[in-house]
Amino acid sequence: MIETINLTKKYGSFTALNSLNLKIEKGTVFGFVGHNGAGKSTTFSILATLLAPTSGAAYVNGYDVIKEPKKVRNHIGYMPDFFGVYDQFKTIEYLDFYGASYGIPQSERQALIPQLLELVNLSHKQDDYVDLLSRGMKQRLCLARSLIHDPEVLILDEPASGLDPRARIEMREILKELKNMGKTIIISSHILPELAEMCDEIGVITNGELVASGSVASIQQQLQANKVINVKLATDIEKAILLFEDDPKVSTITKHERYENTFTFAFTGSELEQIALLKKALDQELPILSFSQEESNLEDVFLEITKGVDFS
Amino acid sequence: MKSLLINPVLNKEIKLRFRSFKSFLGVFFYLFALGGIAIGFILMNTVFSYNASAIFRPEQSRTMFMVLSFVQMALILFMTPGLTSGVISGERERQTLNILLTTPQSSTSIILSKLISSIAYLLLMMVASLPLYSIVFLFGGVSPALLGATFGLYFITMLAIGSIGILFSTLIRKTIIATIITYGITLFFTAGTAILTMIGMQFVNFQNLNQTSVMPYITSMFNPFIILLASFEEGVTNEINSMSGIEFSLITGFVLSFLLISFICLFISIKKLRPKMKAKKELPEGE
Ligand SMILES: Nc1ncnc2c1ncn2[C@@H]1O[C@H](COP(=O)(O)OP(=O)(O)O)[C@@H](O)[C@H]1O
Ligand SMILES: [Mg+2]
Repeated sequence: MIETINLTKKYGSFTALNSLNLKIEKGTVFGFVGHNGAGKSTTFSILATLLAPTSGAAYVNGYDVIKEPKKVRNHIGYMPDFFGVYDQFKTIEYLDFYGASYGIPQSERQALIPQLLELVNLSHKQDDYVDLLSRGMKQRLCLARSLIHDPEVLILDEPASGLDPRARIEMREILKELKNMGKTIIISSHILPELAEMCDEIGVITNGELVASGSVASIQQQLQANKVINVKLATDIEKAILLFEDDPKVSTITKHERYENTFTFAFTGSELEQIALLKKALDQELPILSFSQEESNLEDVFLEITKGVDFS
Repeated sequence: MKSLLINPVLNKEIKLRFRSFKSFLGVFFYLFALGGIAIGFILMNTVFSYNASAIFRPEQSRTMFMVLSFVQMALILFMTPGLTSGVISGERERQTLNILLTTPQSSTSIILSKLISSIAYLLLMMVASLPLYSIVFLFGGVSPALLGATFGLYFITMLAIGSIGILFSTLIRKTIIATIITYGITLFFTAGTAILTMIGMQFVNFQNLNQTSVMPYITSMFNPFIILLASFEEGVTNEINSMSGIEFSLITGFVLSFLLISFICLFISIKKLRPKMKAKKELPEGE
């Protein structure tokens, strides 16, 4: 369980995080999406007890991040967006060190580490120096490290960033497995579709403010109110445009540049109104070949939400 | 206490430090420098000496012990800042600090482990240099108690300079800057306080003999070389005591002040390692 209440972080006069309110129930996988510099890592650092907020409160498993940081540390597995490894350690020693840091007895560590390496597909690298592992392997090793004390909550800051597609898929499979194990996971990315598939809920953050949150479907729906419809006719496009223009729910009609007798328009009406509009056009004997709604993918949704934001 | 001694960070530090080839080279050159000086000293006083008695006498043995001790103190002062001023900032630069700080290990045990592992390495060098001192014992002139006292001074010096190194490593993001500052402070504790002591002594000498000044006492109290000298020659202590009119033992003053410095530096390091989480009453933002 993770909760933040009016969480705010200022660097001097710059507000990196502005009154963030989150509530993530136990067992939920929460995707935290935002462009670079939106405030994702700032939020995660506060949750991981590495950064003190300027104001507001944050709770992990009911423990106050500010008042009981040590208890929080025992319940979270944290993976930073950028991290290094001790280069003279072998994979197995690396995990052993962190296991010891969490006070896990040696005998338990010896049983646990092979299981963790198995989970992240690194069993074959157990005697390699960590420094020599590939980027994807290091990310997976860091994930295994964050699991060593079997925390209920995982805070994963862009675990798939900088990975090639294959390594991404591998990472995603592991995360699904963790989800099935019932962990509460908060995971960030600047790419929304990457998260959509495995997350139960998504929060979108821009410039330190949460601009949308909810289930993936509900976020999509919030924006579906503004759908784009494609119309293709055999002839008579001008007559059709005149008719569509009349409808109050229709706006920004644009003729297609390359295809003749094709245009698109934005429609804010409901599904029933959409049907009524098509029926009216057919009643006017317009030779409509196709009348289709443009698939809006999550990327468009994300761009739509963060519209007008300066990404520089 | 047990959890401090059998500590994962300490364990790791020692393992990694003693695994690296650099550490091996360090011990090697250390012994090489000390051994070279000892052998050079013996040769100068025997084979190449004008009075060709070719016997190494106890007085010479004692002088050699002093030379060795000064060189060893110089090596310690030279190495300690380098060994400690990167222990925290280095982890920060290599981006391993964040992860370490999210483990439930206390700041105290992290800082102390870092200190102990650095000192352990220096102690290893000391122990490795002990056979050289056996030459001194072979020719006499030095009591084991004096050797013990000398090693005690080394230890106090390592502790204080090491704590200063760790403090700046904790406070300053960049290792290079922390290292420069620590060397700067070390230089002040050696050359700086030596010059100040000389100035202070001149000052007392210019005045009439009844006048005293605390300055030579205070400045020499912070100078490991002067203290080392004072532990060999009681006259030094007496002179500084009479000049300053302070009866308190100079060496005890050194031990207490260096222990206090260590304590304060370690205390601040422990407090500053992690961000202060307890939200204070709204203070004006100072960044
Ligand atoms: N230590 C700092 N000092 C000043 N500004 C910072 C600091 N850390 C982060 N920021 C700023 O805070 C904003 C949020 O950063 P961050 O949380 O890292 O974003 P994200 O992880 O979403 O890319 C950015 O504009 C960044 O420049
Ligand atoms: Mg980030």
